[in-house]
Amino acid sequence: MNKTFFHVVKRDDMPLWKAWLIRGATIIIAILLVGIISTVVTGKGFGETYEKMFLGVFGRLFEGKTTMLWKYLQDIAILLSLALALTPAFKMKFWNCGAEGQALMGGLASIICMIELGDKLSYPLLIATIAVTSMLAGALWGVIPAIFKAVFNTNETLFTLMMNYIATQIIAYYVYIKGGGSNVINPVAAGNFPAVGNNKYFVNIVIVAAITVAMFIYLKYSKQGYEISVVGESHNTARYIGIDVKKVIIRTMIISGALCGITGMLLVAGTDHSININSVGGQGFTAILMSWLGQFNPFIMVIMTAIVVFLRLGVAKVADSAQLNSSFSEIMVGIVILMLVGCEFFIHYSIKFNKHKKEVAE
Amino acid sequence: MTKQSAIELKNITKVFGKVVANKNVNLTAYRGEILSILGENGSGKTTLMNMISGIYFPDEGQIFIDGQEAVIASPKDAFKYKIGMIHQHFKLVDAFSAAENIVLGLNEGKYDLKASTEKIKEISSQYGFEINPEKKIYTMSVSEKQTVEIIKVLYRGADILILDEPTAVLTPQETERLFSILRRMRDDGKCIIIITHKLHEVLSLSDKVAVLRKGEYVGTVITAETNESELTEMMVGKKVSLNIDRSEPVDPVPRLVIKDLDCIDRNGIKILDDISFTANSGEILGIAGIAGSGQRELLEAIAGLQQVQCGEIVYNDPKTGKEENLRNKTPMQIRDLGVRLSFVPEDRLGMGLVGNMDITDNMMLRSYRKGRSVFLERKGPKDLAQHIIEDLEVVTPGASTPVRRLSGGNVQKVLVGREIAAAPTVLMAAYPVRGLDINSSYLIYNLLNEQKKKGVAVIFVGEDLDVLIELCDRIMVIGSGRITGTVDGRTTTKEEIGLLMTKTEQQGEVQDE
Repeated sequence: MNKTFFHVVKRDDMPLWKAWLIRGATIIIAILLVGIISTVVTGKGFGETYEKMFLGVFGRLFEGKTTMLWKYLQDIAILLSLALALTPAFKMKFWNCGAEGQALMGGLASIICMIELGDKLSYPLLIATIAVTSMLAGALWGVIPAIFKAVFNTNETLFTLMMNYIATQIIAYYVYIKGGGSNVINPVAAGNFPAVGNNKYFVNIVIVAAITVAMFIYLKYSKQGYEISVVGESHNTARYIGIDVKKVIIRTMIISGALCGITGMLLVAGTDHSININSVGGQGFTAILMSWLGQFNPFIMVIMTAIVVFLRLGVAKVADSAQLNSSFSEIMVGIVILMLVGCEFFIHYSIKFNKHKKEVAE
Repeated sequence: MTKQSAIELKNITKVFGKVVANKNVNLTAYRGEILSILGENGSGKTTLMNMISGIYFPDEGQIFIDGQEAVIASPKDAFKYKIGMIHQHFKLVDAFSAAENIVLGLNEGKYDLKASTEKIKEISSQYGFEINPEKKIYTMSVSEKQTVEIIKVLYRGADILILDEPTAVLTPQETERLFSILRRMRDDGKCIIIITHKLHEVLSLSDKVAVLRKGEYVGTVITAETNESELTEMMVGKKVSLNIDRSEPVDPVPRLVIKDLDCIDRNGIKILDDISFTANSGEILGIAGIAGSGQRELLEAIAGLQQVQCGEIVYNDPKTGKEENLRNKTPMQIRDLGVRLSFVPEDRLGMGLVGNMDITDNMMLRSYRKGRSVFLERKGPKDLAQHIIEDLEVVTPGASTPVRRLSGGNVQKVLVGREIAAAPTVLMAAYPVRGLDINSSYLIYNLLNEQKKKGVAVIFVGEDLDVLIELCDRIMVIGSGRITGTVDGRTTTKEEIGLLMTKTEQQGEVQDE
């Protein structure tokens, strides 16, 4: 008898609205699923779970308190800035898995400037130095694997991944020296980003918003963005029209690394005023998924990061109130991302059931 | 008259997304018979055969083998029913010998290469194959590799053989040899199905012809009772004239002079050896040869994509009268010299175009650098895209459709359209009609002819000798990276070109002794 009950057929003709309907439905189902699991695990009511989730993200927003909202936007900004940094490399099909390390190196440059030059330079000059050095440090960490890829065709995924561990160890070493043997550096007062009003995240958010728009324009309307797309699609086509593939790989990774370096700066000079090996906290890896789920479109990435950060903060609050640790929130975010990735299958393939065989059997 | 059918298809339908590859196809093939499946590219011939050989599974319909209904869900199932398919692209392990490849994947219990070799020799002598079972695949010619593929399925006991475009890569002489083997197999009671779009082969080889058009089964006719124009009409659905007009070249002057060109490939093997020729303006120079004899490397060397060991590529600028040596210049440098060299590469979507980009963005490939701005100028390319869509009748939902969604013929129209829009003085085209339907092919021939009339030096690498003879003014034959002869397109014959195509190999053997 027939062994295949159904078979899978590739399709690439799904209208855009339908694809987004599937994605939207997936997000809603995912959030419902998270609510159900949370309710079961914590033993609290269904409504209460969502209330806690909302509280965890927006706080007492309706009573006019915006602190939590700003924290939410800040967290979006950091994750988004890493996703944006990876996007030009990904569009070129250069799998930069080293956002974590590139951001840490940017952060390291920032903290070194803050500690060593904090009392030597005027404030504007100090900020400028921090910006330039952190971009250079991130770019350096990004360009090393790019040069090896361009010249020796080494595998960039492994290379960038390895660079993360080197960066982490350098940070650990630096913290060990500066922290006097402890694994913390006390917050440094010099070279902090200014607070606008009472809001210390404002500058970070504005910078990332600007990068979002700039990245969109760069990829879509600039000649360099066009070259990135061509190289990403086919090295042969690039060669055929005379694009220097090596140059584009190296240039793009300098940009990607420098943007990661900026994220490091936002974290160190703009947020923590200190550094440790967990400063980036694995967001460099989450950012890979954000860039993909956003289909390399900066504006869709904003939506995707907003959803993921919402769940992370919200579920953390739910877990917290039920005395569960933060892993619970990470598991939930993992489930949601998995579902979002999984729903792409139904957009790109359709399943056909082999019903005709039954008719024959009868 | 109740002959038992070897294989019978009933109402087979296969859909890929929106594309209906096969729709309600009914087909019957008998033992001791050669059946040709004729149809244009994209008419669903290969899809249909893939369903018989277990690569695809039909969405609807039934397959009967020897009158029994069969479920063929994998190539293994196909072997069980003694069906063997010889694919267009060979599936052999290069580093293995012929015998190793033939027994690969077979579960005979004991691995006994000696016994297998004996069996291979037996099969070879039965049908008249010439093969050395110990020879490694990577040292074999295309025709030898094909022989290995055929023996592979015979070794597995196949008595229904499907061959997908087996002659596409063969010289006329090799084709004749293959045909005589196929006839012998037929007389031995095997059922042979051959997929092709070459009419004269259908007429000379097969007993019956089944015609497909746009995925639908048009009908089966007995070869002896039909002719070329009737088959074409069945294939295309309307009458088409199969003539290419060839005008006399008007004041040809040397445009591109190649002198003593040598190239080596990545492995250090000489791929172009002492190539010298001249391409004249207002003339179509054809390049014939077995696939992989250096045609691609030659065009790429001229276009600045292939490193040249020694020799010269001299371009005579018609405007200034100056001579420029293009050797080892990058495509950018060539363009900066003002050399208007257009190149339609063999690999359309992998080199000439970007499949995921729309028509407008593909137009930009050649011109995006223009101007000082860091931003792209899309207006010009957009107009050009619109222009090409209208002039060349490109079937597309619009200029913003990714080119990979277009059919092969329309992809090629976009590519050729762009290359011609650059107002070239030299136009090189590698296999520009491969995979195209008859109407698109003739459109491309006409475009090349128009360029010739405008005084462009056209270099045309082709595989169909009939077309080369009809279209080109001169035909240069290349074999193993050497020029083996140049003939006049108006007086030459297929046999003459065929002999030149294999000439170096024979000479090489003589020298070795």
